[in-house]
Amino acid sequence: MTKAPILTVTGLTKDFGEGDTQTHVLKDINLAMEAGEMAALLGPSGSGKSTLLTILGTLMRASGGAYDMLGVDLMHASEAQRTEFRSQNLGFVFQFHHLLPDLSALENVMMPAACAAGRETASMRQRASELLDAVGLSDRRDFRPAAMSGGQRQRVAVARALINNPVLVLADEPTGNLDRESADHVMDLVRTINETMGSSFLISTHDEHIAARCQRRIELLDGRIVRS
Amino acid sequence: MTPYAVKLAFRHLFSHPGQTALLMSGVALGVSVFIFMSALIGGLATLLTLRTVGSIPHIVLEMPDRDPAVLNANPGAQVVLQKDLSRRDQIAIWQPMIPIIEKTAGVIAVSPQIRGSAFVVRGQAVSPVGVIGTMAGKLSDIANIDAAIVAGSGSLPADGILIGSVLARDLGLRVGQVVELTSDRGRSRSFRIGGVFTLGIASADRQSIYMNFTTARALFDLTTGVSRIEIKVRPATDAASIAERLRRSTGLKATAWTEDNQQLFEGLDAQARTGTIIKAFSLVTIIVGIASAMLLSIVRRQAEIGIMRAMGASRGLVISIYVLEGTLIGFIGAIIGALAAWLALLPLPPVSAVQSGGLPIDQTQGDFLLAIALTTLAAMLASILPARRAARIDPVEAIGA
Repeated sequence: MTKAPILTVTGLTKDFGEGDTQTHVLKDINLAMEAGEMAALLGPSGSGKSTLLTILGTLMRASGGAYDMLGVDLMHASEAQRTEFRSQNLGFVFQFHHLLPDLSALENVMMPAACAAGRETASMRQRASELLDAVGLSDRRDFRPAAMSGGQRQRVAVARALINNPVLVLADEPTGNLDRESADHVMDLVRTINETMGSSFLISTHDEHIAARCQRRIELLDGRIVRS
Repeated sequence: MTPYAVKLAFRHLFSHPGQTALLMSGVALGVSVFIFMSALIGGLATLLTLRTVGSIPHIVLEMPDRDPAVLNANPGAQVVLQKDLSRRDQIAIWQPMIPIIEKTAGVIAVSPQIRGSAFVVRGQAVSPVGVIGTMAGKLSDIANIDAAIVAGSGSLPADGILIGSVLARDLGLRVGQVVELTSDRGRSRSFRIGGVFTLGIASADRQSIYMNFTTARALFDLTTGVSRIEIKVRPATDAASIAERLRRSTGLKATAWTEDNQQLFEGLDAQARTGTIIKAFSLVTIIVGIASAMLLSIVRRQAEIGIMRAMGASRGLVISIYVLEGTLIGFIGAIIGALAAWLALLPLPPVSAVQSGGLPIDQTQGDFLLAIALTTLAAMLASILPARRAARIDPVEAIGA
């Protein structure tokens, strides 16, 4: 039985610049993702992977086409609606962890939920503790990012992406800055979360080893999806 | 302003204690200058006012001018007015007015006086003087003569007078000597010099003579009335409004000291304006300092702001974090500055005890609360622009996604 798509992208384009200097970064992207899917987004540098993730993450507007998530037309939503949608339904993991240096691991994990609610609550603290347990960092909850290793910071970033129980986690080269052992550890974690929590993952990567651990491959070449 | 914004603002401040302390020190210095200038300008005004009004009446009540009224003022008619000089200027019915005046709010001393011109004759020397007859116990109500006595005593028996030290020097007079006084009414009488005073006001020390009220009444041939009623009020700066109330309640002509000292007020106004400009500059310095520091902080935290925005933080949340951070720097810095200024001004003597050459700083006029309130407001305003800039940071550019 086919699951209902959580994400539908139709004829999506993205152009940068104008006139002679205009560059077509994304061309006629058509894509659908189902709930609980774990997909790898592959392609060489400059193929448009990060741009596509940024648009799907509502951090950038597309030039044309349409895309909706959970029935919400994100192409035409206002900035405030996109911000609210992002905080409620999406999780992000970047190549660099981007943890806030003044907050502890636990506070960093709580941050997206606290931003949305305007306060930190006991239930958030509980949920963040569980996520840190899940990523194997229960003994590092009060540590600041500067006191943790690169792999540990990236695992905190994964936990942070999951605090709001997102429908879709967008991960842009999440293991790009990690050694093989740490990268495997993070991917094990992502796989476990995908299976146990049901969040969908769209992971951009150059790494075939990482792509092989995903259920689906989406290949981008020169701004077009060549395999999906 | 959400609790999370408050938490993050405090976290930012405490995560870089050195930088925060430096910023707050700058604010504290500006606030100290503000308070110091307020205390100095206020103290200087108080000192000048004290020196000016200390020995003069704040309000003088006299009979109104008796200008004849024009009953038929037809246009084109020629009218000749002649001042009525057939009667002496005196407040004939003065006793019932004293309780009314004493009960008027702000009045602290009332001294009915008999005044007149006279000549002091000693040998071939003749000197014109102004005679002031005061009631028993009211000698020092207007000018503090008792404190100004440099020889003899301040008591005023029926045949005794007190003279100014310059007059005593000019005529070679000493305590205990007898001089003859001839009033402008042609009456002469001998008096024994009971004391010599120095008020520090040249005209008073050269030309004033104090004597018993009853004796003055006889000398100036004023059987029932008084020449004038002199009044002291507190604060002295309210003299004009109190004079107006007294004019209405007594029907007498009331002249406040401020009417004869316009130049002093113009000087004090100019001084206050100068102080305001200096205080405004210290506020501008605080605004520029906080705005620059906040801008630098935001540039340094650009990636953090970007990631917060990417994770769903609204622009309002980002603005409130940075506005609160700037406001806290201003508020805490202002409290520290006010405290430091208070401690620094604490050992200084009150304005009334300032010696010649000393700075007349009045701590009570330091505008401490105003300085704290204005600085906090200025810090908040200074943070708005950088905070709005922070809220406009593009998360994609900031995190390099």
